[in-house]
Amino acid sequence: MSKQYETVIGLEVHVELATKTKIFCGCSTAFGGAPNTHTCPVCTGMPGSLPVLNKQVVEYAMAVGLATNCEINQFCKFDRKNYFYPDNPQNYQISQLYLPICHDGGIEIETAAGKKVIGIHEIHMEEDAGKLIHDEWDDCTLVDYNRSGVPLIEIVSEPDMRSAEEVIAYLDKLRLIVQYLGASDCKLQEGSMRADVNLSVREVGAEKFGTRTEMKNLNSFKAIARAIEGERARQIELLEEGRAVVQETRRWDDNKEYSYPMRSKEDAHDYRYFPDPDLVPVVISDEWLQAVKDRQPELRTEKLERYRKEFDIPQYDAEILTGAKKMADLFEETTALCGKPKKVSNWLMGETLRLLKEEGAEPDALAFSPEHLAKLIELTDAGTINQTVAKEVFEKIFREDIDPERYVEEHGLRMVSDEGLLRAVVEQVIAANPQSVADYRGGKDRVLGFLVGQTMKQMKGKANPGAVNQLLRELL
Amino acid sequence: MEIMEMTALELGWKIRKREVSVREAVQESLDRIHVLEGTLNSFVTLDPERALARADEVQKGIDDGTLTAPLAGVPVAVKDNICTKGLRTTCSSKILYNFVPPYQAEAVDRLYAAGGVIIGKTNMDEFAMGSTTETSAFGPTKNPWNPEHVPGGSSGGSCAAVASCEVPYALGSDTGGSIRQPGSFCGVTGLKPTYGTVSRYGLVAYGSSLDQIGPIAKDISDCAAVLETIASYDKKDSTSVKRESYDFTSALIDDVKGMKIGIPSDYLSAGLDEEVKGAVLRAAEVLKQKGAIVEEFPLSLVEYAIPAYYVIACAEASSNLARFDGVKYGYRAPEYEGLHSMYKKSRSEGFGEEVKRRIMLGSFVLSSGYYDAYYLKALRTKALIKQSFDRAFARYDVILGPVAPMTAPRLGESLSDPLQMYLGDIYTISVNLAGLPAVSVPCGLDRKGLPIGVQLIGDCFQEKKIIRAAYAYEQARGSWQAPELAAAQMQEDRQAQSQTVAQTGEAKGQRGGDGHVKTI
Repeated sequence: MSKQYETVIGLEVHVELATKTKIFCGCSTAFGGAPNTHTCPVCTGMPGSLPVLNKQVVEYAMAVGLATNCEINQFCKFDRKNYFYPDNPQNYQISQLYLPICHDGGIEIETAAGKKVIGIHEIHMEEDAGKLIHDEWDDCTLVDYNRSGVPLIEIVSEPDMRSAEEVIAYLDKLRLIVQYLGASDCKLQEGSMRADVNLSVREVGAEKFGTRTEMKNLNSFKAIARAIEGERARQIELLEEGRAVVQETRRWDDNKEYSYPMRSKEDAHDYRYFPDPDLVPVVISDEWLQAVKDRQPELRTEKLERYRKEFDIPQYDAEILTGAKKMADLFEETTALCGKPKKVSNWLMGETLRLLKEEGAEPDALAFSPEHLAKLIELTDAGTINQTVAKEVFEKIFREDIDPERYVEEHGLRMVSDEGLLRAVVEQVIAANPQSVADYRGGKDRVLGFLVGQTMKQMKGKANPGAVNQLLRELL
Repeated sequence: MEIMEMTALELGWKIRKREVSVREAVQESLDRIHVLEGTLNSFVTLDPERALARADEVQKGIDDGTLTAPLAGVPVAVKDNICTKGLRTTCSSKILYNFVPPYQAEAVDRLYAAGGVIIGKTNMDEFAMGSTTETSAFGPTKNPWNPEHVPGGSSGGSCAAVASCEVPYALGSDTGGSIRQPGSFCGVTGLKPTYGTVSRYGLVAYGSSLDQIGPIAKDISDCAAVLETIASYDKKDSTSVKRESYDFTSALIDDVKGMKIGIPSDYLSAGLDEEVKGAVLRAAEVLKQKGAIVEEFPLSLVEYAIPAYYVIACAEASSNLARFDGVKYGYRAPEYEGLHSMYKKSRSEGFGEEVKRRIMLGSFVLSSGYYDAYYLKALRTKALIKQSFDRAFARYDVILGPVAPMTAPRLGESLSDPLQMYLGDIYTISVNLAGLPAVSVPCGLDRKGLPIGVQLIGDCFQEKKIIRAAYAYEQARGSWQAPELAAAQMQEDRQAQSQTVAQTGEAKGQRGGDGHVKTI
């Protein structure tokens, strides 16, 4: 490669909002209902039905806009995007084109190259479509409208990113913001956050952007990174061969690590957008906007600062704890219950991360309750159980969210400090290990650890380790 | 007087006084329909069994005092683009030939709550697109004054049913004159309320920003009473307006002293039939005699209403009608290969010519590159038309004019020249563009014996002013005139019936159950 190329990337991120009901009707947004059970005349496009806007959707969109430094359009409208597809019962999607709710914002990201602001062109509200299910058995396609009308926001960035690293940093930051706002759980795998990548390349120093492609079907951060590398390489190869990049939509196949054309600009739809006459313009009063501003929760930067000041948590630990909303929530809720931030942090930074890594899971998957972790910390501090048992019990909490108090009782895991009982066991251990005893007496101090271990084994880990040590030294 | 020749309020009163039972009224309505349908074709679907069962239920409510509304027990017909739960709603289109809504329009719900008994669904221009009721997939409706003429449209079935006394009143919908123009052609009173007054929930949309449901009856008193029943603030319709008052009947006062009435001189110029003009001006003279101040004034922009309307209505229609695709309900082509073929064939076979013409027109004006030149320009024109009405209403309480340039044309005359047909909407359309209330009141017959209507237009939310003017005019004009044709046919049938009874000893009744669901 003789020339130096620069990659230019912009993202369109769809986020499914965490409202209880759909954007234009009262149907539930819950996952997993039997097909077409969360539906009504409105979200199945029955003739004569009319949409009524869910206010919570506007509030979430405003909250995300405010947290990403956007201007809020206090007069915004919904438009119809017309296209035929069976997952779209009205054959138009209600979205926002001419006057979206938020515009001209941006968020700061940090990569190895330093800090940088990624611009946000606009955020608009729209409805999700239903789901097509192909029945292989009957060779027919069925439609499930349970997802039809689930509220989405689309966050459109400026073409400000230059590498996969920047894209991941942007997505990570965006996801955290949205999660912190409680506006969505942002799970890529489950589709509650979806990103389409617009990418072009140009020679370094060139002023004009190259021809871009849009990539869809990106289901994880890793897939996004691979797709960016793959598409960058494909476009550069075309240019090097003297061929042109075609403006088109491509579908990324993460198994084959290659993208395939879906449709070109020529057969792109003419969506015939126009203002939806069934909905009145959304007018956001100054009071409403202020109320949403006042309700904005603490975001990550503020949390980081507070963890360091209020709880004396080191910078590195605070970053990990605030790196996922779930983690931060667990930390704060558990601390509120037991009043021991350091110990809570230790459990989260140590055992929790270790077990997550072991399972290859994300912090979002954490399912144990803060009450149980708080109880565990109290049991340990009160000397009811020792550290070894505590780790064993924690693993149970982590996996099954058991009540540690009851678990300790039921499994007889209380720490044994009864001197008579311990003395008998220690005597047995000494009698059974004459060689080690001889070695110890011969000056090999390290052997003591082995004998402690043997005693703990006999005691099924429940012995008070301090007491065992003391007894061994005394009897030897 | 025959039961069905009474006004809805008169019949309601007789029912409350137990002089007429609800079952009697319903049976009488079904009997008349049985006799007249062969000539008129006002209905697409009849619901005799449930209407009779409902009659008994309503009678019980009246007897035990739970139903006291003035219209309780009075039969009603509903235009076939207004959803009725469990009763087929076709919009007179093949594409919805089998559609039975699992929900009910809010306006129908309100009639129901007031003790209304729905007899059936009336014929219309397919999806309300047309001015003659000839674009119906179920065949045209005929004018009860002369079956060789159209009843007007698109609410032609509702207006013909009321004019022929098949039912005392009916619901229609008005997007560009679809209540007022057939009202004028059939010699009945039809009121289009201010946009947002009657919930559109359950009204199958044609031009969403223009559509309104309204009453069709023999006189203005019935219209006011029906409007009072169906008007409401409905959370299910975002364009519904919370009005200060939903009282309309208190405006039924014979007093127009000092009322300022303007006649747009633009409405009286070329294109207006001389006989229609004469009748309309005589109506104005009547109001003047009663103390109203009547004068002509230039309204301006009248010629822009038609192009603006057809751009806006068709644009909205092209999107509103996209849902009829053969996937979820309604007609699906029997043979197709793949999804796109199914869409194309179902829609090509399911929609009629006029509907397809308007879908194409609407799709065109919304296409990228044309949106600004057509759709946006039409919206700006709409705003200017509203402004010119605002200026007029700063000076006048009511605007008076013709409803249509001429009386009902012969069947088949209009469809051959759609542009000419569109021009016939010139006096009604700007009312929808400006969202105003207006009523068509019968004001005479032409030499051919066809009815002429006068239109009274009010400012937004000023229904009471036009109701008052209409009532005062009616008092001078005299009571409603029924077409002779219907009366003659009924007379004939009565004689035939009594002969049958004399010969066989069989009593009449229980008719109307035969062939009540029309097929294409």
